[in-house]
Formats: sequence, structure tokens, C-alpha cells
Amino acid sequence: MNYDERLQQVAVLGAAGKMGSGILLLTAVEMTDLSLKPENKGKTFVLNAIDLSDEGLAGLVDYLHIQILKIAEKKTIWLRQMYADRADLIDNSDIIDQYVEDAMRIVRPTTAMETSYRSHLVFEAVSENKALKVKLLQQIDSNNPNKPWFFTNTSSVPINLIESEAGLQGRVLGFHFYNPPAIQRLVELIVTKETLPETKQFALDYAKALKKVVVPSNDFAGFIGNGHFMRDALYGINKALELSKETTFAEAVYIVNKVSQDYLVRPMGIFQLIDYVGVDVVQFIMNVMNPFLKDEDLHSDLLDQMMTLGVKGGQFPSGAQKNGFLKYEKGAVVAVYDPSKGDYVDTASFSSKCDAFLGAMPQEFKPWKSAVRLSDKENHFTAYFVAVENMNTAGSKLAMDYGKNSDAIGRKLVADGVANSEADVNTVMLTGFFHAYGPINSYFN
Amino acid sequence: MRKRIFMTAGANTISMGTGRKEFNPRKERAGLEEYIKEAGQAVVGQINDAENIDEIFIGNFMAGRYNKQGHLGGFAATIDPKLEFKPSLSVEGACGSGGLSLVSAIRSVLAESADVTLALGVEVQNTMKAIYGADVLASAGWFKKRKQGHAYFFPGQFSDRAGVYYEKYGFDYARKGLGRWFRNAIENARLDPTAQEFHNQVADLDGLYNNALPNGKYFVDHLNLYDCSKVSDGASAIIIASEEGLDKLGIGMEDAVEIVSYAQLTRNITNDPPNPLEMTTIKKTAAKALELAGISIDQVGTAEVHDCFSIAGILAVEALGLAEPGKGAAFVAEGNTSRDGIIPMNTTGGLIGWGHPTGGTGVHQAVTIWQQLTGKAGKTQINLNPDRPYGLSINMGGDDVTVVAIVYKKA
Repeated sequence: MNYDERLQQVAVLGAAGKMGSGILLLTAVEMTDLSLKPENKGKTFVLNAIDLSDEGLAGLVDYLHIQILKIAEKKTIWLRQMYADRADLIDNSDIIDQYVEDAMRIVRPTTAMETSYRSHLVFEAVSENKALKVKLLQQIDSNNPNKPWFFTNTSSVPINLIESEAGLQGRVLGFHFYNPPAIQRLVELIVTKETLPETKQFALDYAKALKKVVVPSNDFAGFIGNGHFMRDALYGINKALELSKETTFAEAVYIVNKVSQDYLVRPMGIFQLIDYVGVDVVQFIMNVMNPFLKDEDLHSDLLDQMMTLGVKGGQFPSGAQKNGFLKYEKGAVVAVYDPSKGDYVDTASFSSKCDAFLGAMPQEFKPWKSAVRLSDKENHFTAYFVAVENMNTAGSKLAMDYGKNSDAIGRKLVADGVANSEADVNTVMLTGFFHAYGPINSYFN
Repeated sequence: MRKRIFMTAGANTISMGTGRKEFNPRKERAGLEEYIKEAGQAVVGQINDAENIDEIFIGNFMAGRYNKQGHLGGFAATIDPKLEFKPSLSVEGACGSGGLSLVSAIRSVLAESADVTLALGVEVQNTMKAIYGADVLASAGWFKKRKQGHAYFFPGQFSDRAGVYYEKYGFDYARKGLGRWFRNAIENARLDPTAQEFHNQVADLDGLYNNALPNGKYFVDHLNLYDCSKVSDGASAIIIASEEGLDKLGIGMEDAVEIVSYAQLTRNITNDPPNPLEMTTIKKTAAKALELAGISIDQVGTAEVHDCFSIAGILAVEALGLAEPGKGAAFVAEGNTSRDGIIPMNTTGGLIGWGHPTGGTGVHQAVTIWQQLTGKAGKTQINLNPDRPYGLSINMGGDDVTVVAIVYKKA
């Protein structure tokens, strides 16, 4: 079975979810493009979009329609060639509409798992729960005569456990997209000792077709991305708790968030990133990873407390940020949650006090948005972090410690054999987390 | 000409679209109605009484598709209530619609059915994405050839012409001329507050142009985006009147230009251009207008030519006889068409710099010539060589299909 044949019968589990919908979009576009190749004319391509939620599937169809239209508008020059034999399609608008129609015809939104029993390839993007993943994959495999391949989007569960518990014997690999899959270029690829070479090769071909950057990660819980992010988040949480002995809790969260965003020149502060991913998801991933770690305890009582209080973050279906550690208005942080009060405290009431505590930013500072576009980032960040250190303020000390810790986490991932190289760790953080510089660097020594 | 015909009281709206700081495609913007009204009222504000306008001509290409609006003649009275129950009609000849509006007005005055006419041209194109706008503009060609054309149909047509030009005369040689054409357009537009590229502040225009090599994967094979005119919303209007008409309006000769001659020729739209290296219809139409005026091109001091693409500018230079075939690129590269050259062209930026609201362009060209010859051109004012007292405008519809050429002189 060649690449095109493999992609003729595909299913996505959890298709209406945040990750599933993106995976579905990219796969639908790839399958539609394949279906337009002259040698594939007349062949049927089927992409089952499977999800438990009828409402979610309705939303998925709307999302796909809008996104596929935009994609078609950007590749009309190519589409005119592909539809050259269709005398009835003349204007660009005719051709674009036809492409959207062809793509939507491939996608079959359904709540019925049974539709995947004919698939040759199954993407799994259900919630981060090993037992659930194993159950679904086992059920499909036992009912599907095609010996399908399974690509799981898990960001934390070791693939070999899914493989052995579901009895998949080499037909599964980790294909971990980053959120949102349609935009983030990174894919972490995780194979087991059993993974078939042809399955891995297909994964590489598929990633290439999707113009993704593939970073191989070894099969350790959390892989590279969460291996770094979870430890980095725990460091931030603990740093805030430590600071809160001298300040209020809200002030401490504000300070650590600001240090991790502004001083470290990242797209988001660490508490905003936790909210973006979801407090619940972070807690869950830590719980998945922790049993596999020998000499550390990847756990936060604070996250448990937030979950008990029902403060979860995450996103609305529209993509807007829900309140978590921080409260957002039109995307901007306006307040910080205080668990002891059970309510948000406006940042306006304490931000100037915290800013004064942190001290001035060095003149060399450029916010992430402009720094990320610099052609010579290395020189800029070298000079910038020297300036940060020389400021000798509370802010600069917190930032340098934070950067050192982030660097140490990165090096540990290589030392522990999770990542094959320092470059791989940096690529994951640069392309999956949009950092402006890799965590493993010489800026904090 | 059977009688003396004059133009006066010209006006332009801003040419709105990408490049203007105030342009935001996500926000609601002025529509067709506002543009017609703004340009029309700016003309009426320069004459004594709208009642004196006998007839209105509105040039427009594709409001039917861009704005889902036909029947533009009916908008005349929105300019001034005194224009209601007067003859008003719209004319169409693709991007030459503005020129046809001028010609229709001239003919009406010549036919003595009017002493004073208002010629207006308008287009509002930013109602759709460029990829769909390309469909609309493609109807300036023969629809039966649309299927085999490029996604960006007209850029594709002129890219083909450019490709042949490169092949025959050399890529680097040709790009020098085209790049200079682009730089001239932007430098001129920066002097005109209504120009779409008025806000352009790029210091190194040559560098900008030279670094953007044509790439057929993303656009067309032989042109880059700087070789192309803009997608624009805009309107222009001008009075065309007899001598009696000027008297009625209370306007003196010092504020008017005289139309010495005009010509309007049309080629068979179902045929390909007879020679990709020649703008045959422009050549014939310009020659006819100059002959009717009894002058040679060497007496023309400034020209507005239809540079929907930079290659069209170069080929127009050759079609006007200013340079031998293949020498147009050198003529432009040497600065002969820049604002201090032998024959300054497109002194307010042309279609690449000022903008190209398709149905409005022909009228905008006339307004620019009127401004230059009457000393009303503000910062864009050129010094007209007294040995070359004439102005010339060339407005084109489609790929050299409908052409309007007008020769002007100070009244």
C-alpha cells in the first residue's frame, strides 16, 4: 500500500477537539490534494471525523469550511492546473468553490466509531487519558481487518505502553502536533522499538507534505515539549509560591508571569501559558509523567487547589482565552486569581508596586514580537542578557535564575535520553512554543 | 474639431486601497455612492451653478460585480438635486471606461446637444479579495479565453508580453526600464496627497524592486507585484464644455484646457494581440489623435499613459514613437519620462503610483493633464517646456482593445 492508498481511508478520533479539528483540517486538505492528482481521479477518499459531540461536529464543519476556503484562495494558481480538465470551472471563484466542495465531500462527520473499522490510518486526538486511548485503539483494531496504522497525538503517554496494552505490535507511533496544528510547524515524532519502518517512513512523508518540522523524541513520558514545559511551569509556580511569602499571592503570580514573558522575551508569561494550555491539562500531564520520573516530583498542590476551585483556563470554541490564573479582557491580562479570596484581584491595584520591585528593564530590551523577527538574534540576546544581569535588580535576578533553570531542564532532557540532541530541544521550543531563542544557550552562564 | 471644446474644474477623490494608511479592509468603507458624490460635488463646487450642467456621463467598468450595482446614470442627482431629470448615462469599455466617458461628453458638446457636460469615472474594487477581483477584471478580455488564462488573468496577459520582451531584448536590460518606471511612479505619487502611494516611504525603491524577482509559483512568471497597478477605490470628474458653456459657468480660459483632438479606436476582442511586443491599438489611436491635432509627439510636453503594468508603460512609450521597438526600456531607464525628463509621464503617479480605480482612470488622467497645463498641480507641478506645449492622455481597456487618446493644450 503506497502513500496515496494509505490516505484513501482515514479516521480522526476526537475530531471536534482543539487538536483534532486542526489535524482533521490538515489531513482533509492533503487528501483532497491527492484526490486531484490525475492518477487518483475516480478514486474515493474518505476521512471520518469521529467525535462524541454532535454540537462539536457541527462547529467542526463550519471551521473546516472557513479554513479550506482560505487555503484554496491561497493556492488558486495550482488549483487552476488541477482542474484544467473541468470545462465548467472557469473563474477562480468556480475553482475555489469546487475545491472546498471536494474537500467537504471527503470529510464525513460522525459520532459512530464503527466508521473507522475500514480505515487504513487512524489519528487519535482524544483526551489525554491512557486507558481511554488504549480502549478505543484496541476496539478499532479488533474490528478492523486492514491492520490499520495508529498515529496518536498524545503529548505525554509513552507510546510503547499504548502499543503493548492495545496489542498494536509496531503499528502505532506518536505524531504530536502543537496547538494549533494548522499554524504551529512542529511535530514531535515518537516511535517505539517495534514501530514498523514503513510506518515511520509514511509519517515522515506525511509531515513533509504538511510542511511540518519533525523533531524525533524518544519514548519518555512527556517527550521533549512537555518534558520542558511541565518542569518550566512547575519552576514558575514554585517561584511564585516562594515570593508570596513576602508579597500577596496575586502579586507573586504577576511578578513571575512578567519575568517569564518580558525579561525572558517569550510570547507569553508562564501563567498565561498554563491558562492557554489549560490548568486541567497541565495537571493531567504532570500526573501522567510523574510516575515515570525517578528523582523528581512533578506535581503541584496549587494546580490541584485551582482545579478544586474550578479555575481551569483553556479556550472557548471561538479561540478566546478563558480565565485561569489570570483574567483576560480582549486577550489582555487584567486581574490575577487569589485562591484564598476565591476571586480575581485587578492588576491595576498592585502592578506599579510590583514593577517598582522588579526594577527598570534594560535599554536593550525588545519585546518578543519584534525580537523574534531580528535577523541576528544571537548578538541581540547576548547583549540583552548581559545587560539584564548588569541591572542587578530583583527582576534581573529572577530572570537570570529562570533562564538558568530553563537551560538546565533542556540539558537534562538530552542527558536523560529523551532528546537526541540539544538542537532538537531548541527546535521544539522555537517552533512548538514560538520562543525567540532556544532554552539551551550561553546567555545565562 | 468642428468647434472648440474645453475641460475645466477637474477633481479626484483619494485613490483608496493598500498603501493608504487609513485603508483597513476589515472596516466598513465608503461605497460607490460616496465616491460618485464626492468627485461630482468637488467639480460642482468649482462652477457657479449645477443647473448649468446639461448632461452627465459616468464611466464605470464592473460595478455590477464589484458592488452588485448597475444603472449608474441614476446616481447623477445624488451629486446635486439640480441634476435630476437631466440626461445621464453610464458607459463601459473596461479600464477605458473613463476615457469613453470623456469621449461621450466631447461628442455631445460637438453635436450641440449640450454646452456643459460632467464626465465622471468611478470604480470601487476593494469589495472582494484580489483572487476574486481577478475574475471580475478578466471580463475585460474575451470570456471564452478565461479558462486557459492565468488565475490573475490580466497580470498573466502582460506577463506574457513581458516574457517575450525579455527574450528578445534581454531580461536585465528590460528590468532596468521597468524598475525605473516603478520608481518614477512612486516618487510622483508621493507628491500627490490623493495618490494611493502617497504614504510610501521606502527609501530604496530600486532595491525594493530588484529584490522582488518574478516568481510564477506565487504570482505570474515575468512580473512582480511592483510591476502592477493597484486595486483601488476612487472617482474622478471633470467638466467638458463649449466656449459658451465656459461663459455660462463663469470660468475663464486661464482655468481651462482646450481639447485639440481625440481619437478612439477598438480592436477585435476575440483575437490575440497581433504582436505581443507592440500595443497596436495604442499606436494607431495615438497616431490618429496627433494627426488630427496636426502635431508630432515631439511637441507633447507631458503624457498620461495607461501603465496598468510597468511593461504596458514601456510598450506605450514605444507605441507613441518616443523610442524604437526594444528601446523603450532604455528611454525610461535614462530618465526621459521622469518628472524632469524630456517628456514627464504620469506626473501624479499613474496607475502604479496614483492608483487604478479602473472605470475612473481615464478621467483621472484628464484631471492630471488639466492640473499640469493650468498650473494647478500643486507639489506635482512640472515645468512644461514651451517648445512642447501639448498634453496627451492614453487610456486603454483590456489588452490594447479599447483605446482613447486625447490631445490637450492650455486654453
